[in-house]
Amino acid sequence: MIEFQNVDKEYDNNVRALVNINLKIHKGEFVFLVGSSGAGKSTLIKLLLKEEEPTAGRIILNNMDITKVKNRRIPYIRRNIGVVFQDFRLLPNKTVYENVAFAMEIIGAHPKEIRRKVPMVLSMVDLSRKASSFPDQLSGGERQRVSIARAIVNSPPVLIADEPTGNLDPDTAWEIMKVLSDINGRGTTVLMATHAKDIVNSMKKRVVEIHEGRLIRDEQKGGYGNEITSF
Amino acid sequence: MGIASVSSISAVLLILGVVLILILTINNIVLETKTKFDEIQIYLEDGLSNADYDRIENRIRDMEGVLSLVFISKEQGLEIMKEGWEEEAYLLEGLEENPLQDSYIIQLLDIKYAEEIVSNLRNIEGIEDVKYYQDVIDKLMLVANYIRFGGIVIIGALMLVSIFIISNTIKVTVTARRREINIMKYVGATNGYIRGPFIIEGILFGLIGAAVSILIIKFGYEYFFKSVNDKLYLLFTVYLVPPTLLIKDIAIIFTAIGVGIGALGSLVSLKRFLNV
Repeated sequence: MIEFQNVDKEYDNNVRALVNINLKIHKGEFVFLVGSSGAGKSTLIKLLLKEEEPTAGRIILNNMDITKVKNRRIPYIRRNIGVVFQDFRLLPNKTVYENVAFAMEIIGAHPKEIRRKVPMVLSMVDLSRKASSFPDQLSGGERQRVSIARAIVNSPPVLIADEPTGNLDPDTAWEIMKVLSDINGRGTTVLMATHAKDIVNSMKKRVVEIHEGRLIRDEQKGGYGNEITSF
Repeated sequence: MGIASVSSISAVLLILGVVLILILTINNIVLETKTKFDEIQIYLEDGLSNADYDRIENRIRDMEGVLSLVFISKEQGLEIMKEGWEEEAYLLEGLEENPLQDSYIIQLLDIKYAEEIVSNLRNIEGIEDVKYYQDVIDKLMLVANYIRFGGIVIIGALMLVSIFIISNTIKVTVTARRREINIMKYVGATNGYIRGPFIIEGILFGLIGAAVSILIIKFGYEYFFKSVNDKLYLLFTVYLVPPTLLIKDIAIIFTAIGVGIGALGSLVSLKRFLNV
């Protein structure tokens, strides 16, 4: 599903953000991406979203080599990836329903389809009752659930979560993890970058650790990591 | 802000319109005058004797390239003018003395004889004025060329300014919607989809700007034409181009250019401020 082959990423100022990354994530996996700030997690995600190009190596997504694609193909690649951010990134002037529907409108979905799917994903994240609310009327956890709903409404094969619990309190964070687990259970591959030690340690999923641009650990049922490598 | 954009487009188009009308008018004058190319009209001094008339006629008939010679007395000249003035002819009734002169119209065999005949004519005693349209045309063409050149330079500069102004106006909209655009990109909207509304905004500016300038030119030129055209003919024997002929083409040109500037402005804005 996702494969990094000998991927390097060096920025213009000679900063080597990623060095020789080899990583293979299969369909349906749930993978935690851990590492200290600046270790390279965001860069990895940016490469998948085609916000940046790798300096070397290949990236395979959904059986397609996305390393060297023309710029105009990028939107179509991104339609295969649902993204959830730490800061939710909802449109403040749209209701919950409209925020989720937005993702479908943009790819030209039929209004009938939209009317069918949006309520469906809203109930999946347990927000049906708040469909007409605006983001500023929601709690942090509810906002994140809207983001997740938006991310999955087009049924992407992959969901990337970049510190999704960063702005949430522990209890709410767990609610979100439940939702993500649920989605993963239905077959969506999930890659989650996080600093949330407790969550990683309790969920016992595959853990990939990046340190100074290198992949130093890849453990099934892994923990967050010992104090020496993550500071 | 929208007003700035619309005004800048209107300004460009107005100047373009004025230049176009000027050039069209001059071309029209040249065309009309060209039909008189093969004629030279000479005006005689007052108080000549019959012998003088004969002398002059003979000298002219002897010249190479003269096809025919027609005499127009001052009385005939006045009649012709009255016919030309139509409604305003009553103004000529009040004249005590005929201000016109006797004239001859010399028909040439070919334009190539013109220059020499004209210079010879100037040497004949009794001929007060030689009217030949070549110099008029030459001067007009020179003026036309200056106008065309100057016009292009000014219009080019103004177009760039307009595009700049519009791109800054749209920048405000673009920046205000930056968050939305960002999300659109993550969700997988194509650049075309994102650009759409902004380009429409730019085109709208273009249409409104074009409409404003079309109206100004239409009413302005119609008024100008009505007040000046007849007098122009009296003075210079030339006509202005009638508004009805111009307006449709001007409308089409203005709309096309206005929309073009508007669309370009928004595209430039999107590229500059958002990398879309």
